This record gives sequence, structure tokens and C-alpha cells, in this order.
Amino acid sequence: MPITPGLAGWELPATAPYSATRNVIGDFARAIGALDPLHHDPQAARAAGHPDVVAPVTFPMVIAFQAVSALLADPAVGIELRYVVHAEQRFVSSRLVVAGDVLTARLTVESVRSAAGTDVLATRSEVVTVEGEHVCTASATLAHRPPPVAEQ
Amino acid sequence: MGLRVGSTPEPRTYPVTRAHLVAYAGASGDRNPIHWSDRAAREIGLPGVVAHGMYTLALAGRAVADWAGGPERVLELGARFTRPVVVPDDDLGVDVRVTGTVAATEHPATVRVELTVTCADRKVLGAARALVRVEPDA
Repeated sequence: MPITPGLAGWELPATAPYSATRNVIGDFARAIGALDPLHHDPQAARAAGHPDVVAPVTFPMVIAFQAVSALLADPAVGIELRYVVHAEQRFVSSRLVVAGDVLTARLTVESVRSAAGTDVLATRSEVVTVEGEHVCTASATLAHRPPPVAEQ
Repeated sequence: MGLRVGSTPEPRTYPVTRAHLVAYAGASGDRNPIHWSDRAAREIGLPGVVAHGMYTLALAGRAVADWAGGPERVLELGARFTRPVVVPDDDLGVDVRVTGTVAATEHPATVRVELTVTCADRKVLGAARALVRVEPDA
């Protein structure tokens, strides 16, 4: 199934609000082995000048991933999930996620290129608080390589 | 603490086990079975369970945050996922090693860190780099 033409410029609705609690930040940090008290201990975080515990640099991907998943799951897009590979990821941070943030991601398809049977989608997700403060821009490049239609 | 142009920060080595990947799948919401099921990984031609690309990039982010003197100093981070990190089903897992070199930018308050991220001496990330805020020289 080919990818839908004209996908570039698509904008998805904002994802459902995600509550970045101390617990989810701590779980994420522990999963990557980040035991720095900044991620786990509110007192230590405050002593370092943060309002509460802060998340590791790549944490905004948790919210951006929801937007990317929504794009890939949209039958109008014409992507088959099992043929998608995460090819590249970049973050530009305005600030770290802090416990208590309620965040959404708004995804835009920046470009679609097709060559040699592979579609390459460049996406940009703006991760913002529900109050509208920019936290991070998470840019994901996805490679979609479905098998040839007639595989003989 | 901090990164100076021309300095070579201390390399970091992080073990990655299946337990890390399961914890990361839960914490990140990325439950793709190729990160916990050998059967699913082999079905798409991988030798076995592989780490999430984002797991490896998160380790690179840890290294940069340590070198920089705090995660809040990491302004930009990114990489291409060029080679899978295959994680065996044992207690040791594999080691991911992060090294960096520090280059100037046009702004004295930031430096560019070019990252080399390897597993078993092979690069697993491409074009891996970070932009870090530093104290300008007094």
C-alpha cells in the first residue's frame, strides 16, 4: 500500500493532555539508569534551582510518541506500522519537563520523500504545556519500507 | 564541571539489559515487541531483541547532561539510528559507550558536542550531536 500523496503539511490535533508526575518522571529516569537526584528527589531538585524534579532530556519523546503513533495509526495516511523504522530523532529544548507539567504534542508532517521503495517522513512535534508554554520540539524521521506489491 | 572547547570529556559506559528495555517500554509507552520478544525481532530479520533507538539516545543524553553539569544545559540533542543494539537474554546485557568531542559554536555561551556512540566497538548512532549551554569564559 503506497503512502498517501500530499501528506506533507498535515497537522494532527493536539494529543490528549499528559500529566508528567514525579512518578512517571522517576520511572523514565530509572529505566535509563539516570539516578541523579534531580530526577527523583524534589528537595534536591529545588536545591539545584528547579521548581520540582526534572525529567531527562529525551523525556518529551513520551508525549511526541503519542502524536507519532496517532499519525501512523491513521488509516488515511496509508502507512503499515510493521514496516516503519525510527530513522532519526532530534530535540530542541526550551526547558526540561518539570513534575506537575501537563503536556500535549502537536505534530506536523514536514516532508515526505520517496526513493527506491522507501518513504521517508519527517515529522515535527511541538511539545507544549496546556498553558501554551513551549517545552521542546521533537523531530522524528520515519522510514516506511513496504515490501514490493508483486514479490515473485 | 562543564565542557570546554577542545576538551575531551570522560567516556561513559552504560550497561543495557532486557530488564532496562522492559522498564523503558513501560515508561515510554513504546511497547513494540521487537524490544522484548526474540520471536518478534526475528520475524523482521533482526538477530534478537534490540534496544529502542530512543533508549540509546537517552543514554547519550545522560552522558551529555553529566558532562555539561546538568540536564538543563542540554539545549539540543539528536542522532540517526544507524545500527541496532542487540541485547542478549542474560543478566549482563551489552555495554553502550558514549564519547564526545567539544567544538565551538558562533555563540560563546554554547558548545557543540559531537558524540560517538558504540556497542561492541561499532557505531550505533550517526550524526549524533548535542548543543550545550556553558558559562562563557570570564
